[in-house]
Amino acid sequence: MMSEQTIRWLIKPVLFVLCLVPLGLFTFDVMSGELSADPVKDATLFTGDWTLRFLLITLCVTPLRRLFGWIWLIKLRRMLGLYAFFYACLHFTVWFWLDRELQLGDVIEDIIKRPYITVGFSAFMMLIPLAITSNKYSICRLKKRWQKLHKLVYLIAALGVLHFLWLVKSDVLEPLIYGVLLIVLLSIRAWWERRAKTI
Amino acid sequence: MLIKIKNKNDIYSSEITDQETFKQRREFIKQSGQFALAAAGTLAAPELLAGALPTPAPRAKIAGVTKGPFSTDQKPNKYKDITNYCNYYEFGTGKRDPAVNAHSLKTNPWQVAIEGEVEKPGVYNLEDILKPHDLEERIYRFRCVEAWSMVVPWVGFPLADLIKRFKPTSKAKYVEFQTLYDPENMPGQRRRILSWPYTEGLRMDEAMNPLTMMVVGLYGEVLPNQNGAPLRLIVPWKYGFKSIKSIAKIRFTEHQPTTAWNQSAPREYGFYSNVNPEVSHPRWSQAKERVLGSGFFAKKAETKIFNGYADEVASLYTGMDLRKFF
Repeated sequence: MMSEQTIRWLIKPVLFVLCLVPLGLFTFDVMSGELSADPVKDATLFTGDWTLRFLLITLCVTPLRRLFGWIWLIKLRRMLGLYAFFYACLHFTVWFWLDRELQLGDVIEDIIKRPYITVGFSAFMMLIPLAITSNKYSICRLKKRWQKLHKLVYLIAALGVLHFLWLVKSDVLEPLIYGVLLIVLLSIRAWWERRAKTI
Repeated sequence: MLIKIKNKNDIYSSEITDQETFKQRREFIKQSGQFALAAAGTLAAPELLAGALPTPAPRAKIAGVTKGPFSTDQKPNKYKDITNYCNYYEFGTGKRDPAVNAHSLKTNPWQVAIEGEVEKPGVYNLEDILKPHDLEERIYRFRCVEAWSMVVPWVGFPLADLIKRFKPTSKAKYVEFQTLYDPENMPGQRRRILSWPYTEGLRMDEAMNPLTMMVVGLYGEVLPNQNGAPLRLIVPWKYGFKSIKSIAKIRFTEHQPTTAWNQSAPREYGFYSNVNPEVSHPRWSQAKERVLGSGFFAKKAETKIFNGYADEVASLYTGMDLRKFF
C-alpha cells in the first residue's frame, strides 16, 4: 500500500506535471514553427484529442483499481478528470475564439444546425457541473446524488466519441479506436454490476 | 518543353546545406530525440515529434516557363505550406502524411492511358503526352471543401490543348480521370477509405474551359510527389478534391462518371462541387474560408462564388439550380 505521504508529495505532483506534457510539446511546436499551415486546425485537433484521451484515462481508474487492487489510484481520479475539463476548455476556447472568431450568431447556428457540434457542445456543458462539484465539500453535501451526477461522465465520453466520429470526412479509424476503448471500459462496469446483482 | 532531369550524382548549390543550418538541424534532431525519450514513458503524441524531422526532397527547376493568363495578384503561399499541407489520402489522411510518405511514388517512367470516346486511344508515355505543350505559370486561388484556401503558382498548360490532340468523338460528353492504383507504393490504398483508384470527372465544356489546367510544376519546379506528380488536374473554381492528382488514365465518356467522394458520401459531395458560399456542406458552412499561412489570429475571408472565377465560368451553369447540382 502506498502511503498517504507518497501520494501527496510525490505521485500527485509528478502526475500534475505529466498531464501538462502534451500542452508543453504543443507549445514547443508553436514556438519552433513546426505547426502546419493551418495552426488553428492543429490547435483544435490537439485539444480535442487530449480531452478524449483524458476522459478515457479517467474512466480507466475504476477498472484498474478493481483488477489490480490499486486502491490508491482513486486519489488521482479527480485530477485526471479535471485535466479532461482543462483540455476541453482549451478546445472550446480555440473553437469559439480562433475558429468562429467570437461570432456569437455563427456559434449558435452551428450548435443548432451541425449535429457534431451539438453533441460536442452538450458534452462540454455537462462537464461543467462535474468540474464544479469536484471537491470534498460537494461530495459531503450531495452524498448519494454526487455519485449519480458523476455517472454523467459515461454519457459525456460517448458524446465526445460521437462528436469525433461525425466530423471526420471518411477515415473513421481514429474515432473508432476511441469508441472501442470506451465500449470496453463501460462493458467492464456493466458486467461487474450485473454480477453484483446476481450474487 | 524541356524538363531538366537531374543526374543522380548532380548536386545543386542550392541543395548544399550550409554549415550553420547543418549544425542547427543536428541540434534540433538531438533535441527531438531527447523529447522523444522524455515522452516515451508518458502520454505524448508521437506525431508531434515525427513531423518535426526534415524530409529531404530533390527539387528541379523547369526550363522555359512563361507567364500565363488568369493569374491572381494575391501573394502565393510559401512553398513549405503548399508542400506540407496536402490532402492525398493515398499517402495518409493527415495533412503532413503525403509530404512524409509520397517519396515512395514512382513517377518515372509514367504512362497515361487515353480511353473511351476518342479517335486516338492508347497508352502514352508521359514525355509524349507533354512534348507538344508550352508550359506557363498561373497563380490560382485554391479552395478546399474543408473551408481553407491557398494561393498557388502552378506550372502547366490548358487541358483543352491536350484534349484536342486526341480528338474526342461527338459522343464524348464527359472526361473521367483516374489516379494511379499502386497499393504497394501508395500505402493509403491498402485500406478502403475511398474506393480506389481515386476517380474524378468533368463535363466536356468544363474540361475545355481555358481556366482548366494540366499541371506538372509548382513554383517553377517539378511538381513534388505529394502535390500530385507527375501530372495533375487543376480546376480553380471547384473544390480542391476535383483537381485529381497523379493521373494515370483519362477516359472520354457519354455518361456522367462516378467520382470518388460522391460515391463515398453522395449527400456531401456532388459531381459539380463548384465553390459556392451559399450552399453549405451538410456539416459545415462554406460562407467563409481560412486563408492559410496567415497564423493564429488572421480573420477568415468571405468565400466567393466559383472561387472568384465567375466571369470565366458562370456561363457554364446558366439555368442550372446550383443547390440541386451542388
